Amino acid sequence: MSQAAQPATEDFLALKLDSSEILQSFENTNNWQERYRQIMLLGKTLPKLGEEFRIEQAQVRGCESNAWLYHSEIEGKHYYLADSDARIVKGLVALLLAACQGQSSEDIANFDIEGYFDQLGLTGQLSPSRTNGLFALAKAIKASA
Amino acid sequence: MDFTQLRAQFPTLEQTLEGYPLCYLDTAATSQKPKRVLDAMVQYYEKDNANVHRAAHQLSSRATSQYEAVRDTLSCFINAQRREEIIFTHGTTEAINMVAYGLSAQIKKGDLILIDTAAHHANIVPWQKLAQRTGAIIKPIPLTADCRLDETAYDALLQDKPAIVALSHVSNALGTLNPVCSLIARAKQAGAFTLVDGAQAIAHLAVDVRSIDCDFYVFSAHKMYGPTGIGVLYGRYDILDTLIPLMTGGEMIKTVSFEATEFNILPNRLEAGTPPIAEVIGLGEAIAFIDELPRAETCRRENELICYLQSQLELLGDITLYGAHKDNVGAVAFNLAGEHHQDVGILLDQQGIAVRCGHHCAMPLMQSLQLKGCCRASVGVYTSKDDIDRFITALTSVKEMLL
Repeated sequence: MSQAAQPATEDFLALKLDSSEILQSFENTNNWQERYRQIMLLGKTLPKLGEEFRIEQAQVRGCESNAWLYHSEIEGKHYYLADSDARIVKGLVALLLAACQGQSSEDIANFDIEGYFDQLGLTGQLSPSRTNGLFALAKAIKASA
Repeated sequence: MDFTQLRAQFPTLEQTLEGYPLCYLDTAATSQKPKRVLDAMVQYYEKDNANVHRAAHQLSSRATSQYEAVRDTLSCFINAQRREEIIFTHGTTEAINMVAYGLSAQIKKGDLILIDTAAHHANIVPWQKLAQRTGAIIKPIPLTADCRLDETAYDALLQDKPAIVALSHVSNALGTLNPVCSLIARAKQAGAFTLVDGAQAIAHLAVDVRSIDCDFYVFSAHKMYGPTGIGVLYGRYDILDTLIPLMTGGEMIKTVSFEATEFNILPNRLEAGTPPIAEVIGLGEAIAFIDELPRAETCRRENELICYLQSQLELLGDITLYGAHKDNVGAVAFNLAGEHHQDVGILLDQQGIAVRCGHHCAMPLMQSLQLKGCCRASVGVYTSKDDIDRFITALTSVKEMLL
């Protein structure tokens, strides 16, 4: 992750995603169309990173679209900001952040990412062979905490 | 020709993905393989497995005969002058690397290398490395606004007497067709070595290297219903014979001592090490499969599918097509208005549609089109009108979700 400019601490703290609410909304979906609509809606809740932060050093490798990730440790908890120029990828990123935002190192280390995506009905999206960058992002999040 | 029977030869196509029947429109990345190709490879492993060119025993003799017979088949298939002009490689990429490396001693500082702007990275990077080694200069051959090779600019570039001209026969990203016969004739008049990347043409067009008259023509088996890991370098004998071998070792030598090594003659000189024998045999079977097709009919069918695909995409609306022409071969490139190609790809994938979304290993082309990437739907002999219709229906629902 970037050693260069970081978004402000309050920006990290401002991003609040409720993972139980998200899981609930996914449980109520009946088909992939509804699930991917939810993903896109969720993507919209992630604030757009300013151009100054959409830089190569923050880019997540292995993603066909551009995706950027920032991490900050505040009072022993981990906070993230991320963005992508593809809407569904951004939504998938938001799903991941929802589970990790404000968590402790231990929580993140114990977080079963695969199980989480299975629970969301998105098995397969978290494969290293996918070009959505999710696998690399998950690795980066695990490594940061 | 019974199309149902033809399609039934491809086992991979018979599957559903989360309730959706597979709609395979990614043949330009790799084609599916007819069962007879798989059978031929299994048969080799089960009955004839032995190393080639060391026929001290019957198995090796059988394996060698089969392996070398494919060289003859290929020689006929592309109308080479001599069987020794066919070199087995791992694929198009290795073949171009062999040429770019092999010509090192014949290229000097300041020499000009012209490359098709629409070229695949495999037809760009090996030349860049050659330029770095020798001090040669790379110049892209520009495209016109409709993504054709700009022939006026090309002729102007030829005035500078390039040492090498590297073209694509068919662009992998766009499916645009280059008039290679005329382009090569002009390049040769200017005194250049000429190479044509035929990876995207070989499954769709009848290729005659003598009529194209290029010095090198390269392609991969896996895009022509054959296995991965095997490809072909065709080279005109006198020029092929001047290439410095990229790979050295066993099989390619005549004598070896610690003082000096003498290389073998063509084709062995350029085939170091144990070759992918089963894959060569699989390639031979793929050619037999193609040869048994009514070629004129399948070419016409594929062209009709491409034109149908283009017109259905236009009808759908909010679609930008790139370099779409009636004579395109195998592929159609597009984007959905304002949407990221990856989002489109993810949603198509949910519906069992396999297309490629990305830069298609043609970043300079994407830069010239000012695109991050695009989606590409591509067809093969097994593609049906029904596949296109299902793809359009799926894309319609993607459009509804995204726009």
